[in-house]
Amino acid sequence: MALRIENLTVKRGGRTIVAGLSLEVQRGRAALLTGPNGAGKTTLIRAIAGLLPVSDGRIALDDAGGEGELGVGERAHYVGHLNGIKPALTVVENARFWGRYLGGTDKDVAAALAQFRLDDLALIRAGYLSAGQKRRLGLCRLLVAPRPLWLLDEPAVSLDAASQGLLAEAVKLHLASGGLVVAATHQALDFAPMDEHRMRPADAAVRAADAMVSL
Amino acid sequence: MSAFRQLLGRDLKLAIREGGAVGTALGFYLVVVAMMPLSLGPDLNLLTRIAAGILWVALLLSGLLSLPRLFEADHEDGVLELLAMAPLPLEAAAGAKALAHWLATGVPLTLMAPLLGLMLNLELAAYPVLIVTMLVGTPAISFIGAIGAALTLGSRRSGLLIALLVLPFYIPTLIFGISAMEAAALDTGGFGPSLLILAAISLASSVLGPVATAAALRMQLG
Repeated sequence: MALRIENLTVKRGGRTIVAGLSLEVQRGRAALLTGPNGAGKTTLIRAIAGLLPVSDGRIALDDAGGEGELGVGERAHYVGHLNGIKPALTVVENARFWGRYLGGTDKDVAAALAQFRLDDLALIRAGYLSAGQKRRLGLCRLLVAPRPLWLLDEPAVSLDAASQGLLAEAVKLHLASGGLVVAATHQALDFAPMDEHRMRPADAAVRAADAMVSL
Repeated sequence: MSAFRQLLGRDLKLAIREGGAVGTALGFYLVVVAMMPLSLGPDLNLLTRIAAGILWVALLLSGLLSLPRLFEADHEDGVLELLAMAPLPLEAAAGAKALAHWLATGVPLTLMAPLLGLMLNLELAAYPVLIVTMLVGTPAISFIGAIGAALTLGSRRSGLLIALLVLPFYIPTLIFGISAMEAAALDTGGFGPSLLILAAISLASSVLGPVATAAALRMQLG
């Protein structure tokens, strides 16, 4: 299995954010997207998730398993800037909802809570959690139902060193079992085996072309 | 199907725990209806004649109140984009949320209507008819309203915008809901057809509404 991105162009509000990008991620490997603010890391990840329309190019998750009918987004977990948790539900209710909604088992949910050290907090309402604990609950979703591709946008935000270790451990297990990871980050994350892709803001020629179109 | 039930169950649980939306709708319904006898005076014959109309109009307005929050909360905490990526089609997710809105708003409002009918001197014989027509008619409030909620997602003062967008589409429900009640009161034989048309509006909106809602949500996310 491999994620193949060919000649991808994504526009937001008439501006080209990602221009002619090609990227290949093989199974068992992580692609770490780095680069300055505005380089298009989030845009790229959201485009892979199918949340943003693609202007040009192709995104495909090839595999021999014949799951070709599902889109890339349906075979991916996405952890973005928002955690996707409901403050009025308890920790375990949040995790169990996503597990069942995404087709996982309750055993996966228990394992996910254990992996991110949330079992002691299971019966507390998510609204009372600290920012780091909320983030861990958001990351829990990665494990509640199996998905080959993980899309992580700044996954380690507000995590302490120990929690970053838990995340790295989960990612390594996922990679070892043949999964793929695309992660955008400013922090030094150890997701080995990984390849770093440095992204740059769209260059002057592209911006000039956008300006011509908007005129 | 299990995912559909999960989302429905979660939204009902949230409606009960957060409580605000249901309570606001019921309180609003009570206050609006209670103001009518005060403004019109204690003329019992007049109140009896207009009771059905007042109960229906106030119900439609009360049903609108909680619509802005239908997708807003899920949009703010990032749940909506995850629903859009999940294997369950966004159309089905939108349908589950609208159905939950009906169960948490339309049904309680319908059950409260007979109590408010007392204040308007509604005829005793009209109570069963009132409940049946409202139960059949109120799903349209949620399923049509969901389209408005999705279209105005992320805009400020979306409540007013939803009312402007959606209220005109509630007019058929209002017309046939009231004509069913009048036909039953006067025994003209028009009750059956009116009720069937009311059911048709609700069923059509429950099929077409989620498709339009999902399209609007995708536009908002993109």
